[in-house]
Amino acid sequence: MVTTTALEEGLRQAVGAVPDPELPVLSLEELGIVRGVHLLGPGRVEVELTPTYTGCPAIDTMAADVTRVLREHGIPEVSVCTVLSPPWSTDAISAEGRRKLAEFGIAPPRPTRDGGGPVPVGLSVRCPHCGSLDTTLLSRFSSTACKALRRCESCREPFDHFKEL
Amino acid sequence: MNRVPVTAAIALGDDALVLAQRLGEWAGHAPVLEEDVALANIALDLLGQARTLLSMAGDEDQHAYLREEREFRNVQLVEQPNGDFAHTIARQLYFATYQQLMYSELATAQSELEQGGLAALAAKAVKEVAYHRDHAVQWTLRLGDGTPESHERMQRALDALWRYTGELFQPMEGLPVDLPALREPWLAAIGEVVARATLTMPDGPDRTPWAAGAGRQGVHTESFGRMLAEMQHLHRAHPGASW
Repeated sequence: MVTTTALEEGLRQAVGAVPDPELPVLSLEELGIVRGVHLLGPGRVEVELTPTYTGCPAIDTMAADVTRVLREHGIPEVSVCTVLSPPWSTDAISAEGRRKLAEFGIAPPRPTRDGGGPVPVGLSVRCPHCGSLDTTLLSRFSSTACKALRRCESCREPFDHFKEL
Repeated sequence: MNRVPVTAAIALGDDALVLAQRLGEWAGHAPVLEEDVALANIALDLLGQARTLLSMAGDEDQHAYLREEREFRNVQLVEQPNGDFAHTIARQLYFATYQQLMYSELATAQSELEQGGLAALAAKAVKEVAYHRDHAVQWTLRLGDGTPESHERMQRALDALWRYTGELFQPMEGLPVDLPALREPWLAAIGEVVARATLTMPDGPDRTPWAAGAGRQGVHTESFGRMLAEMQHLHRAHPGASW
């Protein structure tokens, strides 16, 4: 039905606009973790999210935020489920999302190779503050599992880098 | 209907859970702040894998908090005490290398087992584990090819944990991966890192004669009971507690 589709699309936009609890500059849509918003019946919606990392502690907060937003849109019965397949990749972060990360001071992830995982050294990470490519790795794990800590050798500022996954 | 290979889900889930708990013990104690954060993040990845795997086999809290020592099916390697930092890195190197090989195979598993969710979890986890291995490799190189003191301690750690590595490659019921066949690529991968780190491959037996493959059958080493007591006491003292 056309009306259902339009409503679903509207709800999907509402879900997609929810900010990420850890990185509030990004929306869930820009992060690429909304897999589906399905109207199951009148006032009943199921949302499929995919976690960035298996142990991502933000997923429960995301589910609560999504439920609250959909209730504000008149959906009393919301179920949020997580799907693992296909696995999330940093390639799912939108161009706008990458731009916002850099603006926020987090170096965005580089494109992954097949299978993801560490990108070989040589492909450097650009400093989000001064744009220099002369940056070094300080720690493979930073404030969250999805980020590494680096330092810019030009402007000497430390910065987070969203690791390729 | 999805058919979950329960035995395999519990074994892999217990490996991840127990190692997560051990790594969590470093919180506030690591040699530098960055390592405190790194080890906690690796533990968090493993805990996420454990939750997914144990949930396939029933209630995750029931599995984690209310089973007795003999009911855990983790390999003995992951329950070994943290020791000094070199011991923790050696344990990480051995285990992350195994996990990366095993998850890579499992991720491509077809058949009805794939629908049980194991393959989907493996496809996701293998990308996380690539970073765990990278972390362990870089530290092995740094400690092995470092000072005489760090070299000696790294060698001692590799030697001490070697006897627990054979158990990783025992066949596992319900797991669509030929684990014995992973031993060769595992040895090659470890050997390459050990050589680059100017260290020597351990040459002792890779299993203890009295307990070959014991962890998978529920036989654990002495310190495991104390670790479980710490992990479980809050839940047992306050059933259903949450925050």
